Amino acid sequence: MANGLIIPTIPPFTLPSLVARLGARLPQWPHSLNLALAMNAAKKLGVLPEESLQELEGRSFRVTVLDTGMVADFTYNAGAFRPVFVPTGKPDLHFTARLSAFLQMVSRQEDPDTLFFNRSLSIEGDTELGLRVKNMLDALEWPQVSWQGMRPTLLKT
Amino acid sequence: MVKPQLVCPAGSLAALKAAVDNGADDVYLGFRNDTNARNFAGLNFDDKSLAEGIRYAHQRGRKVLAAINTYAQAGRFADWTRSVDTAAKLGIDAVIIADPGVLDYAAQTYPDMRRHLSVQASATSYEAVNFCREKFGIQRAVLPRVLTLAQVENVIRNTEVDIEVFGFGSLCVMNEGRCWLSSYATGESPNTVGACSPAKYVQWEKKPNEMDVRLNGILIDRYANDENAGYPTICKGRFEVEGETYYAMEEPASLNVLEMLPEIVRIGVAAIKVEGRQRSPTYVAQVTRNLRQALDAAIASPQSYKVKPVWAAELGKVAEGSQITLGAYNRPWR
Repeated sequence: MANGLIIPTIPPFTLPSLVARLGARLPQWPHSLNLALAMNAAKKLGVLPEESLQELEGRSFRVTVLDTGMVADFTYNAGAFRPVFVPTGKPDLHFTARLSAFLQMVSRQEDPDTLFFNRSLSIEGDTELGLRVKNMLDALEWPQVSWQGMRPTLLKT
Repeated sequence: MVKPQLVCPAGSLAALKAAVDNGADDVYLGFRNDTNARNFAGLNFDDKSLAEGIRYAHQRGRKVLAAINTYAQAGRFADWTRSVDTAAKLGIDAVIIADPGVLDYAAQTYPDMRRHLSVQASATSYEAVNFCREKFGIQRAVLPRVLTLAQVENVIRNTEVDIEVFGFGSLCVMNEGRCWLSSYATGESPNTVGACSPAKYVQWEKKPNEMDVRLNGILIDRYANDENAGYPTICKGRFEVEGETYYAMEEPASLNVLEMLPEIVRIGVAAIKVEGRQRSPTYVAQVTRNLRQALDAAIASPQSYKVKPVWAAELGKVAEGSQITLGAYNRPWR
C-alpha cells in the first residue's frame, strides 16, 4: 500500500446476549468515567474544536452500547467533560447502537446517516444537539492522527 | 463529446478532502450561515477552513464552488452580498446562486467570477435558463430533479449554458425550489432559513416496538424496528389518505443514475452533482470513489459499460432509506 496505512475492516456483528446481560449487571460508573476522560484527553490534544464544544456547555449525554450492556452518562460543564455516576431523568442527547456500529462510525468506515437509515444507530432527545455533535465528529480530522501514530507498532504492513 | 464534471458535496474540510482524494472534479460547499440551503448546526465553512479547502483543491487541480443559494430575506440583502464578496475574495471558482437579486449583484460586482444557477432557482425549461444567461451571464445551470432524461436533453439542445444534473443522493420531491411543506409544518424552509425540516423541530421517539418521528408535533412516520428510516421531511412521510396509510408523496430513497450514466454522457450533460453536504466525509468518499470509477468507465466505453456490483452495493448502502430510484429521469410522463 502506498502509505502503508491499513485500517482493519470492522464487520457488523452482535456480541452474544450473555455479554449484555452480564454487562448490564456490572457497575456503569467506570464507563462514564473512562468516556469522560477520553473526551477530555481529545479536547486537550486540540482534536475537538473549542468553538463547537462551547455549544455543548451544560448539556447531558448518554451513550448506550446495546450488546455490551454498557451505559455511559456524562455532561459538558465549565469547559470539561464530567462523568455522571447517578443520572437523574432523561439526558439531553442519547446515542444507542451495537458495539460494531460505534466502531464503524468512529473509524470512518460507515457514515452516521447510513447507520441511522438502516436503524443501526438511534438518536433520541434534542435533535439539533445531536446534529451538532454529529457534525462536530464528522469535521474532525483525527483518523490520520491516531492511526498514523499507532502504525509503527500496531499496524505495520 | 463533453466529459461531465463530477461535482461532490462538502460540509466540512474533512469532507472536501475526501471528495478531492476520491476523484471529484468540483467540490461545492456553503458558509456557516443561512445564505446556503444546508444551514445545519456545526456544518459548513468559515473563512479559514474555506481558504484551506480552496488551497487543497487547487493544488490538486480541482475546483471549489460556493453555494449561496437561498433567497435574500427582506432587510438583510447585505448578508447575501457579503457571502458573494467573501467567495470572490478567497478565490472561489464559481458561485451557485438562486436569487435573481444576488445573481445580479454577483454579475455586476464580479463579472469574471463564474456564476451557476442553483437548483433552488427551479429553472426547468431552456427559456428560464437562457433568460438567466442573458440577464446574469450564468455559465452553468443545475436542473431540478423533476425532468425526464428526454426533457433534460431538450434543455441541453436549446441552450449554450452548461447543464448540471443530479446523479446521486436524497431527493427533493417534485417541487424543488418551490416547496412549502417544511414551511407549512415549521414556518421555516430551505429558501428562507437554509434548512428543510430544521432539526430543532424534529423529535425521534423510540418506543419498545416502533419509532415515531414528528416535525413540530406533526407525526410524519412510525417505523417498525426492522424498517429503514429516512430524513424527517413531510414529503417522505406516511400519511393516511382515504383510509390507507402509505408514502402518499414519495418514498424515502436516494436518486442513483449508475445505470444511465452512458445516456447522461451521450446527451451532453456538463456536470453530475452528488447531493449530501449534510453527510459525513465517509459518505462523500464512498460515493465519490464509486461514481468516479463508473463515470470514467461510461466515458471510456459507453457501448460496453456495465454497472459493477461493487458500485451498486456501495451506493445502495449509503442511500436514504437504503433504497435507490431513478427518480423522474425514467418516468413516462411528458
